[in-house]
Amino acid sequence: MISLKDVHKSYPMGKQSLHVLKGIDMEIREGELVSIMGSSGSGKSTLLNLLGILDTLDKGEYHLGGELIGNISESKAAVYRNQSIGFVFQSFNLIPFKNAMENVALPLYYEKISRKKRNQMALEYLEKMGLLEWADHLPAELSGGQKQRIAIARALISNPKIILADEPTGALDSTTSAEVMKIFQEVNHSGKTVVIVTHENDIARSTERVIYLKDGLILDKNYQLPAA
Amino acid sequence: MFDLDKWQEIFSTIRKNKLRTAATAFSVFWGILMLVTLLGAGQGLQNGVQQRMLLDATNSIWFFTGSTTMPYKGMPPGRPLQFSEADLKAIEENIDGIEVMSPENFLFGNFMVRHGKKGASFGIFGAEQDYFVIKVTQKYIAGRKLNWMDDVSARKICVIGDRVAEVLFEPDEDPVGKYIDIRGSHFRVVGVYRFEGFDIQQSQRIYIPFSTFQRSFNTDKSVNLFAVTTADGVPGKALENRIIKLLRQRHLVHPEDNRAFWTHNQEDQHRSILNLFIGIKSFVWFVGLGTLLAGIVGISNIMIIVVKERTREIGIRKAVGATPRSIVSLILQESVLITAVAGYSGLVVGVALLEGLNYIMEMAGANVEFFNRPEIDFTTAISATIVLIIAGAIAGLVPALRAAKVNPVVALRNE
Ligand SMILES: Nc1ncnc2c1ncn2[C@@H]1O[C@H](COP(=O)(O)OP(=O)(O)O)[C@@H](O)[C@H]1O
Ligand SMILES: [Mg+2]
Repeated sequence: MISLKDVHKSYPMGKQSLHVLKGIDMEIREGELVSIMGSSGSGKSTLLNLLGILDTLDKGEYHLGGELIGNISESKAAVYRNQSIGFVFQSFNLIPFKNAMENVALPLYYEKISRKKRNQMALEYLEKMGLLEWADHLPAELSGGQKQRIAIARALISNPKIILADEPTGALDSTTSAEVMKIFQEVNHSGKTVVIVTHENDIARSTERVIYLKDGLILDKNYQLPAA
Repeated sequence: MFDLDKWQEIFSTIRKNKLRTAATAFSVFWGILMLVTLLGAGQGLQNGVQQRMLLDATNSIWFFTGSTTMPYKGMPPGRPLQFSEADLKAIEENIDGIEVMSPENFLFGNFMVRHGKKGASFGIFGAEQDYFVIKVTQKYIAGRKLNWMDDVSARKICVIGDRVAEVLFEPDEDPVGKYIDIRGSHFRVVGVYRFEGFDIQQSQRIYIPFSTFQRSFNTDKSVNLFAVTTADGVPGKALENRIIKLLRQRHLVHPEDNRAFWTHNQEDQHRSILNLFIGIKSFVWFVGLGTLLAGIVGISNIMIIVVKERTREIGIRKAVGATPRSIVSLILQESVLITAVAGYSGLVVGVALLEGLNYIMEMAGANVEFFNRPEIDFTTAISATIVLIIAGAIAGLVPALRAAKVNPVVALRNE
């Protein structure tokens, strides 16, 4: 499903550049539930953004679903992000002036699905998340757990093959975190590939495999967590 | 362009960001309001000047006599000149390029014109049919004009200005068909005109057929002054020169004596008025467009701030599949919509203001010199609207392109 070969990424920092990813080789099979761990600043988010085609890589090869993602155009990347990938963020990234239903429906707007149809679908997904009665609430009126479930519903609504989550529980308490992780496991059971970036052992423990990142390199492709 | 869903998306954004939208809209509203008011005021100035200065057909030339200032063929300077009916006949026979021509004679001195018990002093004029073609400022409100048949038969009839009618007749009385007494002769009124120029004196005139005038009051066949109009395509100045040349020959005036005859060429006057109007118009557009430009820069700046504010939102949209094009059109269409609606409101309020001013001026009977009927015509309003839409697009373009370049990774990074 996902395959990286010798992937490099640097960020320009004034005259110099910050070499963040220093040759990543990585495989993630279809239907896996994987977590990426590593200390802060090790390049986890950078890696996930590359996987989600939110950013471009400097060197190396990225194959997604068997297709080479080279220097594809912005509009082609938009189609991938719209249909093949669902993103979930630590800070939820909901549009503050849109209600829950409208936020969930947004990807379908860019799929050119009619307003009526996409709102109806959004309601279905909100119902699955147990949030139907919150459909017309603005994000500011909801709790962190509710917001994250809305964000997950948004990531799922266009039925992508891959869900990418960057510290999805980072802003949640442990009970809520556990609930959210349960949702990711259900999503994974429905056949989707799920990649979760985290630095919490508890979260990583509820995934099938842990990839450990250190200083821009993969330290371990199947990291064994210390016993709880 | 017409994608209902996109418009709904834009409307919902605008609805939920009212203050921001209002601030943006106001600067355009103001710009257009200024433009419309200025254009209206400019038009008012133009109307006022036109009314003040334009008296007769724009292709008319009026000829007057003076005195000679140079000796010629043994005659001393200072000789007073006077046109005669023979002069007019000679011009008619020898000069081509004349469309219409008429003499104008008037009575010197003050005397009473009477109708029943009422009486007052008015100017008495004799003129031919063509005279009334040249006097475009006379609008007939009752009866008819004088015509050539009246002249041929030397009828004892007259047309009168509305002031004359007011003074000599009762308010509910129709002057047409009534007789008035001019120096002991009775003249039947056949028409009443309203004088629409600025020279109020001209509404206090009485005109009788030229031949009648000559017979009744002026047996020496002299002519006070006359007017011609140029035929289509004939330059006014050239015609004027040819007529003056003939007159000098007939009156034995030195060919270079410029003061013996003098003229009033409406073409010259008309051209300088037109130039004045062009000047006023350009000034108004210059100032108005400047104001509008300031408005556009204002919107553009606000939209840039808006885009900055919306960076995260744009990042989110990109993360869920928005193409750069869809982002550009989102911002651009919002800008055009706000500009068009705000500008249109400015247009409507501006027109309403002008209409209101017009109404007040009319009600108060105000007669401001060089200012009359401030208004904006339909074409100007349409071009202003088109300018607006383009303005909105220009104002939105820079921010929209910026929005399209938003890097989602940067936009979505945790604070
Ligand atoms: N857009 C960027 N521009 C410059 N530096 C960046 C950018 N994004 C991340 N970095 C830097 O790259 C390094 C890795 O960042 P990141 O991938 O976010 O790490 P992690 O998610 O593992 O904490 C950090 O030092 C961060 O400051
Ligand atoms: Mg990170």
